[in-house]
Amino acid sequence: MNITGPKIYFTIPIFGGLNVTQSLVTSFVATVLICLAAILLGRGLKKRPGKAQVLTEKAVGVITNLVSEAMGPHNVRWAPFIATIFLSSLCGTLLGMTGVLRSSTADLSTTMPWALVISAICWYESIKTNGFLGWLKGFTEPIAIMTPMNIVSEIAQPVSLAFRHFGNIAGGGVITAMLYWALSGASVGILRAIASSVVVVSAVLALAGAAMLFLLKIKNGKVRLAVRFVGAVSLGLGALGLLDKLCGALDFAYPELSTGAYGALAGLSFVVILAGLVLMLWGKKPWFLPVGAVAFGLGLLCLILISHGPEQVPLLTLGIPGVLSLYFDVFSGVIQAFVFSLLSMIYIAGACPGPEA
Amino acid sequence: MEEAIVRAACALGAGLCMGIGAIGPAIGEGNAVGKALEGMARQPESTSNLRTNMLVGCAVAETTGIYSLVIALLLMFAFK
Repeated sequence: MNITGPKIYFTIPIFGGLNVTQSLVTSFVATVLICLAAILLGRGLKKRPGKAQVLTEKAVGVITNLVSEAMGPHNVRWAPFIATIFLSSLCGTLLGMTGVLRSSTADLSTTMPWALVISAICWYESIKTNGFLGWLKGFTEPIAIMTPMNIVSEIAQPVSLAFRHFGNIAGGGVITAMLYWALSGASVGILRAIASSVVVVSAVLALAGAAMLFLLKIKNGKVRLAVRFVGAVSLGLGALGLLDKLCGALDFAYPELSTGAYGALAGLSFVVILAGLVLMLWGKKPWFLPVGAVAFGLGLLCLILISHGPEQVPLLTLGIPGVLSLYFDVFSGVIQAFVFSLLSMIYIAGACPGPEA
Repeated sequence: MEEAIVRAACALGAGLCMGIGAIGPAIGEGNAVGKALEGMARQPESTSNLRTNMLVGCAVAETTGIYSLVIALLLMFAFK
């Protein structure tokens, strides 16, 4: 399993060594992206807005409304800060999906400073409103015995804010990595199991043939489609096993190809297989069936050849972790960014009571 | 030998930590969502407000679960 913290790219030799980590790089990329978007979208505003300007105005309006609802209308001046926190968190998390960068929010050194900044703003604001002594007196409320509890809760606030965001994103990454590890093991095992038994292969092939024969008589469109699909899949599995045997006998090996090339080839043959399946199952013209079948077979052959390379490409890992990662990265990233900015709004609003309070 | 015991204890501890630590947030979030749904069913016009507050409440209730997740991660990857 490959689960690590953010890697250190290099160290800047000042102040006893500043580490430039993956999180730092991602944060900078996110900052540059947000700045570029802000500059590009904020330029050339017209009275008669174009599409981009309408969308931007809508987004700004939504954030301003949210802030004025959650913090009270007198605190609307915090809207840009909240929007910045939200966008940095969202971009930092989503950049992890590119595969090149690591999510910057999956690192405590990114979320902790944000939480500390929010705490510092709270302290500054309440000192500004109540005076230093008034701020200190706030700790003894409602009664003096509560002072230690108040101090602990003051410390716990940034800690919980930072750990919540970090834990959610990092936990998602760990679970995705574990699934990836398990699936790569399973794919090797399944391919081996198919290849090691000629009986299974012939049984599967017979099943496929029976299904293919059977489907010729079915009138109901949905059932026919389902049976055809099952037939094609079992035919594919059987062919996979047979080809695997064949390749094992011929002992294909291409040591000069790198893993990346194998991955690209595997992806390409997946596309070919899918195209063949679509042609076979949904094609209208009569020549679609043989062409689709040939494409399907060729794709499978390529996959088998690839899986016999020096570094076996785990075929099952090509699509399944993506779905989970979609949940963890997109859904959890958006929710956490929202929760982080909403909680910081609540904390700051607590420190800046309105004129009526 | 000693290292093996430590690693085993770390794995056990991580599992226990995550398993027991997930009970509280699960109950809490279930309560929060259930009550929010009750409120939404009773007053559909307050759905958006309820949803926002429910999400924040869920996030706060989840905090202890996240703490145990962090501890479990530390046990598994930092102390081995």
